[in-house]
Amino acid sequence: MSTITPEVVAAHSLTPDEYQKILSLLGREPSLTELGIFSVMWSEHCSYKSSKVHLKKLPTRSQLVLLGPGENAGIIDIGHGYGIAFKIESHNHPSFIEPFQGAATGVGGILRDIFTMGARPIAVLDSIRFGPLDDPKTGARNRRILEGVVSGIAHYGNCFGVPTVGGECVFHKSYDGNPLVNVFALGVIPKDKIFFGRAEGIGNPVIYVGAKTGRDGIHGATMASDEFTEESKQKRPNVQMGDPFLEKLLLEACLEAMHTGAVVGIQDMGAAGLTCSTCEMGSRAGTGVEIDLQYVPQRETGMSPYEIMLSESQERMLLVADKGREQEIFDVFNKWGLDSATIGFVTDDGMLRVRDHGAIVAEIRNRDLADEAPIYDRPHTRPHRNVPMEAPAFASADLKADLIRLLASGDLCSKRWIYEQYDYMVRTNTLAGPGGDAAVVRVKETGTSVAMSLDGNGRYCYLDPREGAKLVVAEACRNVSTVGALPVAATNNLNFGNPQRPEIMAQLVEAIEGMAEACLHFETPITGGNVSLYNETLGEGILPTPVIGIVGLLPTQAPVPSRFRAAGRTVMLLGGVGATDEVHFGGTQYAHVLLGQMWGLPPALDMALEKRVQAAIREMVAAGVVDSAHDLSDGGFAVGLAEASFDGVGAAVTLPASALRPELLLFHEGPSRILLSTNSPEEVTKLADKHGVPAVAIGATVNGQVVIEGYLSATVEELHQPWAKALESALNG
Amino acid sequence: MKAGVVVFPGSNCDHDAYYAVTQNVGAQAAFLWHQQAAIPGDVDVVILPGGFSYGDYLRCGAIAKFSPIIGAVKQFAAAGGIVMGFCNGFQILTESGLLPGALIRNTGLKFRCHPVDLRVETTHTPFTSLAEKGQILNIPIAHGEGCYTAEPHVLDQLEAEDRIVFRYVQNPNGSARDIAGICNAGRNVLGMMPHPERAADPLMGSTDGLVLFRSLLSVLAAK
Repeated sequence: MSTITPEVVAAHSLTPDEYQKILSLLGREPSLTELGIFSVMWSEHCSYKSSKVHLKKLPTRSQLVLLGPGENAGIIDIGHGYGIAFKIESHNHPSFIEPFQGAATGVGGILRDIFTMGARPIAVLDSIRFGPLDDPKTGARNRRILEGVVSGIAHYGNCFGVPTVGGECVFHKSYDGNPLVNVFALGVIPKDKIFFGRAEGIGNPVIYVGAKTGRDGIHGATMASDEFTEESKQKRPNVQMGDPFLEKLLLEACLEAMHTGAVVGIQDMGAAGLTCSTCEMGSRAGTGVEIDLQYVPQRETGMSPYEIMLSESQERMLLVADKGREQEIFDVFNKWGLDSATIGFVTDDGMLRVRDHGAIVAEIRNRDLADEAPIYDRPHTRPHRNVPMEAPAFASADLKADLIRLLASGDLCSKRWIYEQYDYMVRTNTLAGPGGDAAVVRVKETGTSVAMSLDGNGRYCYLDPREGAKLVVAEACRNVSTVGALPVAATNNLNFGNPQRPEIMAQLVEAIEGMAEACLHFETPITGGNVSLYNETLGEGILPTPVIGIVGLLPTQAPVPSRFRAAGRTVMLLGGVGATDEVHFGGTQYAHVLLGQMWGLPPALDMALEKRVQAAIREMVAAGVVDSAHDLSDGGFAVGLAEASFDGVGAAVTLPASALRPELLLFHEGPSRILLSTNSPEEVTKLADKHGVPAVAIGATVNGQVVIEGYLSATVEELHQPWAKALESALNG
Repeated sequence: MKAGVVVFPGSNCDHDAYYAVTQNVGAQAAFLWHQQAAIPGDVDVVILPGGFSYGDYLRCGAIAKFSPIIGAVKQFAAAGGIVMGFCNGFQILTESGLLPGALIRNTGLKFRCHPVDLRVETTHTPFTSLAEKGQILNIPIAHGEGCYTAEPHVLDQLEAEDRIVFRYVQNPNGSARDIAGICNAGRNVLGMMPHPERAADPLMGSTDGLVLFRSLLSVLAAK
């Protein structure tokens, strides 16, 4: 009579060993509903079973950390009685299957993670990666995915009323069948009003609020834990549908309900929906949760317990209220026109007990689901890499033409076409929006502003996952420092291939270790994040792409722009021209765009120097001695100089004598360098000296021209036009 | 001056308008819930803020026009009360018949968010009395349905009656005759797609929106 055949177990992406563990935990055979519940909670997406042992290596503490990993979002103290809650999440798999809804619900999910803590979201950033738009075979599909993802993010964020203030958009062949959509959100929270996802208080009512439950998104979490095959194209129904209007109402209602004082604990229903929220809230509090599915508001008739428990319908929350004060909660949700219903209560036996019209359909210990998932220390060898160490022969025929091609390339060109579809100003806090080194939003409740930067670099991490991850952290911290903010915390999104392949697992392990080392060094503890594995299509993995989100703090003031502001200022290179060689040039944009190749190693990073450069620029910004500051990264010095000129004021510079060949000198991506303009070069030099970093005066700002003496000379317009138009032209095919 | 900022389910520039009026302009403000059927006696300006009222289901502003507060706003306007609608607020004003015409999808079919230059076309309104005719104001837009459209004779009438308050210097959305904002025949109801409340604080990059609020202050003070 057993319905649980090996085929059924396999269809739930559970291994035979995992099924044995379920049998021994339960002491009996599970029902199909119970098997479904185990399968989502033990999925890679929910349990982090392949990454957990390594994630422990990440630093998570500092004096400012109010709340580290483990809750829905981490929280940092920003003073004046306030904190900021923030996290990054991926929605890679759904965005490939259904780009618009996949990306939209990605935004919705991370916003709920923020406001479930009691924080009002004030900023979103996105890090998105696609296959090349001009590929003869896949270009049309990649264009369609990009357009869908961007309008999905715009639709959800704009309607919800949170500004999308920055991010990155990157292209590489490896994201062809597996785009990456990582969304970061940040909210403001009074320090004494933090809410937790805990089912405390025996006998307290468990209340369901928000949208009704439908059949959408069933097994989304298990889908996100599988590779893509031909079959997964059939999984479109697994992608959830988002309604940002409903989410906006849910935000207002939740914050208002929290204000009543009747809310004991609250958690959003994200991946694995009702299953995850019930067992996690119980497990964290060490309590049991008993619910009856007949009380769950439903959008469709005839849904089975299995479907109700595994649905990933959006815009739903589960909360535990003070017994006797339910009506206060109902009143708030009624006011906002939302469903709310008591579906159960907190018990003292530690069990998740699910009834359907009274009959028990699932009965599992909460901690078996939330904490007893198998943990794998998967074998890892040497990171996968299939490129030479030695550089090929190359020589530039025309440095100016090279620069123009770089500026018009996918990763470096203007992303205006994307960010103008986002309302980046709503809530009137945006001091620095998209297009700069870091986004800055003020926190009106305090005199403090928050700077944010998202960074990833798949090519660096492919060449050396450990050094690549360090470089990514260093750059994000540099971006934040360049606008004058002190980096204080981080969140990470680890996008990798199939961890069951030892050479892919090695990428993950080394990247985590590199990230840990860098975050410790830059004093940016990781307060939460997300792991997205199995980013493979038909056996082809993505470049290892850890994405870091760095958050920094600065006093509220007009931020230093990245572009030159006026002619006649001294142009200086903080950190100097940097050192490199051909081996460390193989991960650059020059190698990627102009040579179509990858080799060698990522740029060399001296973390101590990097930290001193960042301290120096922060002090210069605070002292008001810089007019503009722009960090040098992708594309190197020449690209950075061109970018700084795009408001019309360019520069004429002479680089110090160098043994480097011209391509390397102009386009190497050595870190720890910032291009600035100033009216007070002596002050800049003095502060640079104080921090023990070089600051080389290389020329002056001039109107309309970009001249690198002895190498190239162009009008700003010649450089600006190709940069400004590239993305739109590429999208028009 | 006390501004009543209407809050519909889905309004998301309500707090921005409130902040601009109280912090940047130095006047008073209060929120008005969409279920309210009357405008409080001490309110002398009603602001319909931007956002997605009722999710903008059906059409932008199409459901908001049936709300109790809009009935009250109509009475308030009929009695000469000052009403401003920004973005979604403008859409609600055209849907509810307080202003002529309609706002349809941008001709580029995309949501657009960026600062635009507006030209002040008339100073004969309480919203622009302190501005100069021809003055250029830099104020952001953020909308997907901001293309103003109306019958040619309506557009002719708006022009003849000097009711086009703002025009785009560079038309971002295909609006007929570059129209960015208009007023009613009584000149006490203004609708505009750009967001003056986002151009009221030096930290936001422009304070060009302040002239609207300051004009209102001076007109109300003179009453």
